[in-house]
Amino acid sequence: MEIFKYKAPLSLMSKSKRFGMISITLLVLSFGLIFVKGFNYGLDFAGGTLVQVHYENKAPISKVREAISQKKEYASATVTYFGNENEIIIRTKTSSQSLGKDMGDSMRDLLKGTGEFEVRRVDIVGAKVGSELREKGLMAMFLSILGILIYVSLRFEWRFAIASVMALMHDVTIAMGAVVLFNIEVNLDTLAALLTILGYSLNDTIIVFDRIREGIRTIKEPNLGAIIDESVTQTLSRTTLTSLTTFFVVLTLYLFGGEIIRGFSFTLLVGVVVGTYSSIFVASPILMMLGFSVSDYRLKEAEKAKRSKEKERMRAMYENGTM
Amino acid sequence: MKTLNFRVILFVLALIFGVVFSIPSLMQSENGKKITLGLDLQGGLHMLLGIKSEVAIESRIKSIAASVKYLFDEEEIIFDELRMQENEKVTFELLDNDDVAKVTQILKEEIPGTVLSQNGLKFTLKMTAKEVERTKQNAISQAVDTIRTRLDSFGLAEPTVAKQGSDKILVEVPGIKTQEDEQRIRELIARAAHLQLMAVDEDRIARVATMSSAEAKSFGDAILTDVNTPQKYLLHAIPVLDGSMLTDAKVGFDKNNQPVINFTLNGQGSKIFGDFTGKYVGKRMAVVLDNEVYSAPVINERIGGGRVQISGSFKLSEAHDLAIALRSGALLAPVYVMEKRSVGPSLGADNIKASMLALALGFVLVVLFMILYYGAAGVVANVALVGNLFLILAVMSLFGATLTLPGMAGIVLTVGMAVDANVIINERIRELLHEGKSVAKSIEEGYNKAFTAILDANVTTLIAAVVLWAYGTGPLKGFALTMGIGILASMLTAIVGTHGIYQWLLPKIDKKKLSFWFGIKTEGKK
Repeated sequence: MEIFKYKAPLSLMSKSKRFGMISITLLVLSFGLIFVKGFNYGLDFAGGTLVQVHYENKAPISKVREAISQKKEYASATVTYFGNENEIIIRTKTSSQSLGKDMGDSMRDLLKGTGEFEVRRVDIVGAKVGSELREKGLMAMFLSILGILIYVSLRFEWRFAIASVMALMHDVTIAMGAVVLFNIEVNLDTLAALLTILGYSLNDTIIVFDRIREGIRTIKEPNLGAIIDESVTQTLSRTTLTSLTTFFVVLTLYLFGGEIIRGFSFTLLVGVVVGTYSSIFVASPILMMLGFSVSDYRLKEAEKAKRSKEKERMRAMYENGTM
Repeated sequence: MKTLNFRVILFVLALIFGVVFSIPSLMQSENGKKITLGLDLQGGLHMLLGIKSEVAIESRIKSIAASVKYLFDEEEIIFDELRMQENEKVTFELLDNDDVAKVTQILKEEIPGTVLSQNGLKFTLKMTAKEVERTKQNAISQAVDTIRTRLDSFGLAEPTVAKQGSDKILVEVPGIKTQEDEQRIRELIARAAHLQLMAVDEDRIARVATMSSAEAKSFGDAILTDVNTPQKYLLHAIPVLDGSMLTDAKVGFDKNNQPVINFTLNGQGSKIFGDFTGKYVGKRMAVVLDNEVYSAPVINERIGGGRVQISGSFKLSEAHDLAIALRSGALLAPVYVMEKRSVGPSLGADNIKASMLALALGFVLVVLFMILYYGAAGVVANVALVGNLFLILAVMSLFGATLTLPGMAGIVLTVGMAVDANVIINERIRELLHEGKSVAKSIEEGYNKAFTAILDANVTTLIAAVVLWAYGTGPLKGFALTMGIGILASMLTAIVGTHGIYQWLLPKIDKKKLSFWFGIKTEGKK
């Protein structure tokens, strides 16, 4: 089977302004959401207590609320269904430091008489730990980007590095915007998803850039736009296919992986879509905007080749004793 | 005809390695190195504990103050206003200027880790910053040891207790069956287990109901309450002896068949206990645990041999846990919960089920898609994918790594991304075939050209995985680990392995059947 058969290069660069507008709109919306509405920090980053209770039958949520409100300290607790109607989650923003009786233990007492139930999960995160985790997360994000910048600069050229990092920031920002928009709780796994998007989006971009790097050498064409068009078109099939397989997998994870990793898989779903879009439509125009010059690059490559040839010649001469 | 090549052999070896070393994990056999399931998959308790090290420092200051008093009394130095102060200090005043030199000398020799400063005849003895730090560290390592001993004696499978960072303690206990058991374990960990035998102040105890604790303090007494009833006791604040002189504690039964704890004192303790009981026959002595009075029996006669009993209408499980705590010794400083995650066994099982389903479905989808789209080339890619899965399992087993729920997600994701390399290669091969190159040439060139792209793409993803591993805690580490291993393994299976398979199959590939072999409709021109 073949879906994308290469015939002629698509003229993408001539439309880059239009895609640029789409991206900028999405970015502005995302930033607006992030700064105005803000993240819905979950337990991991905000601290607090979470108790998951499983009922044999449908959970009597109003009875549960009533039972919990008997105790003043749980007055602000929220009770919601989790995944299905037998499962509920009770949350408070407070966390106790006591090792003895904690919220899970008191729930066992309070909920007596509301039906056959089992406390299946009790998570307590102190405020201090939460802020530490947040700092570490940001640090991880920053270090990954730095490492990637350095590697791509070494393997390609600094403009490629800047362009790829801008593209992946584009993806991560839009994914974060979606997280805020759909009110997904931000926990450690959401962070893992964002870091995965970082790696994934870059993966896609690099494959396109690799083709452009090759195109600069092989395509007899001084115009970068034309080289990009041809390279992107040639990799279009691969980019879409890989995104499809990854998308399938993430979708099954989202649908069947269980409620606990839903935030993770949702973030990834958005990331896969945006990452694919950006590696086709965003990364390469940035490369053009940064003023990458094909002739300069070729000159430099030629010089490099010349220099290594010269070195070889000298060595040969030296080894033959002619020097 | 070309026979087997080194790439195929390498791939087959990797496959055998993968299968052999993942068997113990897959079969969950007793022998061999295998993957341990994370607490989120098998259920269990994970806690990050903080320690109130200021309590350890306070008690160190208390003992410094006690030493000062003891030393000065011994040397007959007259002093006044001996006080424990904030900021790790003890202050006192001397009355005689002639004692200054002697005091300086004694304190320097006898109480290391402190500095003495003087203002007229007022003196300040302050713990050095180094001594404060040493005391803190000592409190943590003592807590780690004590908690480990307690959990080990509780009889649970493989609990983990470790110091984390400079001031935290990580506790992981797998395999807890019920929430009630979990609570019991937490209480056992938290128990200070500070045992004291204290003499009852028989002269003043009649007035205890109306006495304030400040008043009690002025007599050198302390007011403590009974563990089961609101009854109050007036006790001499300085204990006769404490838990540090205890050598053993066991659960026994009294004559009413009620559980009690029998403990044995060491030589010094037995002597002190014997002397004390001999001297105070007819008076009461209280057994005090964590500042609660468990019993206060009247001493009938001198008790030698150093055997003491605590009774307090215990439940059997309570007595059992208490004996463990007493044997393991007291915590120098109390611990508190910074983070706790507990997963019941049934939820763990649900998590396994859900993630296995996602893995299986995702895998089937990818496999079907590859065959549908690439024909035989898709089958080759799928063989590599299976090899990849086995390799991930094998490497994780060899390292005894822990598989968590995010780790499972990492494997699922790797399935999606591992075929990427083969998609890139297959697309390249197809392009070259379209250009009319021969099958052999298309394969060779396809691999060459695809290699740099795959390498660069994988290295960058690997960078993200490594950073995540280094900076992540628990769940993130698991995710990063499986992804990292998956990427490395895919370099072997998806690049080297499939290349070898093509080279091996090459003689059989029919140029006229490219739609079967590579899923394309062009005819390979010569």
